[in-house]
Amino acid sequence: MRSVQALAVVLLSVLAIGDASAAGEGKSGGIFRIYHRDSPGSASIHEGATYSLNVPFMPIFSNLVIFDQHIAQNSTDTIRPELAESWAWSADNKTLTFKLRKDVKWHDGKPFTSADVKCTFDMLMGKSQQKFRQNPRKSWYDQVNDVTVNGDYEASFNLKRPQPALLSLLASGYTPVYPCHVSPAEMRTKPVGTGPFKFVEFKANESIKLVKNPDYFKKGLPYLDGIEFTIIPNRSTAILGFVSGKFDMTFPTEVSIPLLKDVKSQDPKAICVVEPNNVSTNIIVNSSAAPFDNLDVRRALALALDRKAFIQIMFEGQGDIGGTMEPAPAGQWAMPKEMLESIPGYGPDVNANREEARKLMQKAGFGPDKHLAIKVSTRNIAVYRDPAIILIDQLKSIYIDAELDVVDTAQWFPKVARKDYTLGLNLTGNAVDDPDQSFYENYACGSERNYTNYCNKDIEKLFDQQSEETDLNKRKKLVWEIDKKLQEDVARPIIFHGRTGTCWQPYVKNITVMSNSSYNGYRYEDVWLDK
Amino acid sequence: MFAYIVRRLFLMLVTLFGISVIIFVLLRVVPGNIVDILFDAAGFVDPADKANLEKELGLSQPIVLQYLHWIGGLLRGDLGYSYVSEKPALEEILPRIPITARLAGLALLFSASIGIPLGVISAVHQGSRLDYALRVVSLSGLSLPSFWLGLLILMASVSMFGTMPIYNPNPRTWLEALSIYAVPAMAVGFRSAALTMRITRSSMLEILRQDYIRTARAKGASEASVNYHHALKNAVLPVITVIGIEAAFLIGGLIVTETVFNIPGIARFLVEALRWRDYPIVQNLVMFIAVVVVVVNFTVDMLYAAIDPRIRFGD
Repeated sequence: MRSVQALAVVLLSVLAIGDASAAGEGKSGGIFRIYHRDSPGSASIHEGATYSLNVPFMPIFSNLVIFDQHIAQNSTDTIRPELAESWAWSADNKTLTFKLRKDVKWHDGKPFTSADVKCTFDMLMGKSQQKFRQNPRKSWYDQVNDVTVNGDYEASFNLKRPQPALLSLLASGYTPVYPCHVSPAEMRTKPVGTGPFKFVEFKANESIKLVKNPDYFKKGLPYLDGIEFTIIPNRSTAILGFVSGKFDMTFPTEVSIPLLKDVKSQDPKAICVVEPNNVSTNIIVNSSAAPFDNLDVRRALALALDRKAFIQIMFEGQGDIGGTMEPAPAGQWAMPKEMLESIPGYGPDVNANREEARKLMQKAGFGPDKHLAIKVSTRNIAVYRDPAIILIDQLKSIYIDAELDVVDTAQWFPKVARKDYTLGLNLTGNAVDDPDQSFYENYACGSERNYTNYCNKDIEKLFDQQSEETDLNKRKKLVWEIDKKLQEDVARPIIFHGRTGTCWQPYVKNITVMSNSSYNGYRYEDVWLDK
Repeated sequence: MFAYIVRRLFLMLVTLFGISVIIFVLLRVVPGNIVDILFDAAGFVDPADKANLEKELGLSQPIVLQYLHWIGGLLRGDLGYSYVSEKPALEEILPRIPITARLAGLALLFSASIGIPLGVISAVHQGSRLDYALRVVSLSGLSLPSFWLGLLILMASVSMFGTMPIYNPNPRTWLEALSIYAVPAMAVGFRSAALTMRITRSSMLEILRQDYIRTARAKGASEASVNYHHALKNAVLPVITVIGIEAAFLIGGLIVTETVFNIPGIARFLVEALRWRDYPIVQNLVMFIAVVVVVVNFTVDMLYAAIDPRIRFGD
């Protein structure tokens, strides 16, 4: 084991203790009331692929490690121990070993041991007899050979090759440790965790209630007696509920920029923050059929985008232009501005870009007298529909007459899988600001969210190369190169990265909204109400 | 009369059977199922995983078998399990029925108690300023969508009183309990009240021109007695029909009202279940609503027969 890393772990543990003592200033008691934007499909975080699940259920669980809940930008430097007391990489960077806490009990009173860690990750890797109904992040553990235990309080992840990103993936809100003795079916309806709050009830379309865990392993925490989520799908009603004081906080990162103005005008005392959320709005292109099987037409499409106009219309200027990785400063892996602007379509002169696009379209046989008629398909949800309409308008500038094709959620994915679309307007959320999560999930040949079936073996080699790289600066350069190539290939043109707001009442303390993920910041163990 | 009731009951059963087939087939004709939705955000997954889940939920069986399984269960009182919550469908549906029933009952009560008297007043004072004012009110009731009215009420109450009447399962005061239901009931019942008022007015106007009304006046009966005892009793028949039809159509208005006021009743639940393609919930809920509508219609027919002897004797 490397001594430097061991020292870092000790330092981080000390820091974590420091954090807890700082949090000791909090006042105990009170129920934290939040409205929830929709009714999650189940209570099992591992089986979900939306942060609608993480927000209400993350307080029930603990991870081996977790991103510091009070530092907005998640990074490897902000990873803190949770169920693990410490961790260490082997000299060859192929084994990650966690020493586990001995004072942790599940909410049903059973002791937490290394067997639970093994069970959880065996299930995630599809190696156990018990199966999840769905396992959307199986690919996160593609490089893990197996998880082995050494006694009750030590667990090791044995990798096929070095993968420094694994620690970040383990620190996500998407990676809680589940109990061995509770079946996946029970975890969907009555989850049992080791976290600061216990599950009380989940009434579909009505409410989710959590209560303080008095046996939480972090002494003195949590401060709150409980958390109550009232499910209000109607956004207007929900916001009115917040401004009338029925809720202490809005659903995190769900208040749009125009709505934020309404909130501030009706409730001037409310504290509101706007943060990027590592969700990109992008175009999925069916490159297996005409006309977008022609690289020139795809390039023309990329050149036609006026990204600033999207951001101005939808976010009143509060959005970011970038590639696949979240733009800086919130994103850690964004390519430098000069490099970004050198990619076709990213240059500041939109008219020049479009002139070039028109030439490419003419080369492909289209022009002022022969427009290309297509449909832009998207989900029937405002955040999808609105940019699709702007896109349709912008496409007119390059001889493309597009028509909006709104698709019900239940039909969206089957339609995309059937390749029954020409252009699609899509949103891609990233749970962890790390290239391994983004590249492998969205762009690797045959991967889960590679909706367009983009497959470039040369780039895939680069994916592996960056994934193995332990030198952060070298890895960043590789990531920039990959991101640039993905944009040049028009693999999935990124239009913009949005920003969203969260508001809370001034008496709510210790809330931090993450700036490079919407999935990781909801443990709420030291949130308190100054009432 | 007995033969009439038996025939109506038989028709009820045939209607319910037809509805059950239509619901079942239509639900499965709509593209996409719960498995598609569950796997949607997860992206491309192993098709075997999807197939396993479809098998587990019984979706891979032939449609006829699925139907027989459902109807068989329904007759035994087994409504199956919700695909989403994995709880018994009955457990999910039952607690929500009283909530919607209270709301619908209050809305109908509001509709009848406002619509009928105002309709009579409007008819009796035909052509007066009061009549014109009431007709404007009824027209606005018919033209204002209930979601807009609901939102307006919520915004006004936040702006004027700093609070809003959204659902709370444990109201602290009776006033809060009343406002939780009464305000949304008024929002959804406003349209029905307007319709009831218009029907009552036109029906009353027709009756007030009848010879027997003139006779009653000639005999020295008071205006109140003529209007309410002689005229209204006969004018109320089409009003009952309209209220019966409105009870059936109310579910549409309740979906919106329950969403705006965040009331966890069956109407909003039905929409959510449809969104998830939660077949056991949707088909049982629609069947329940169909039973309610058919029973209400049956009751209206019986009321007709009770009020108007021509119907039962003519039979």
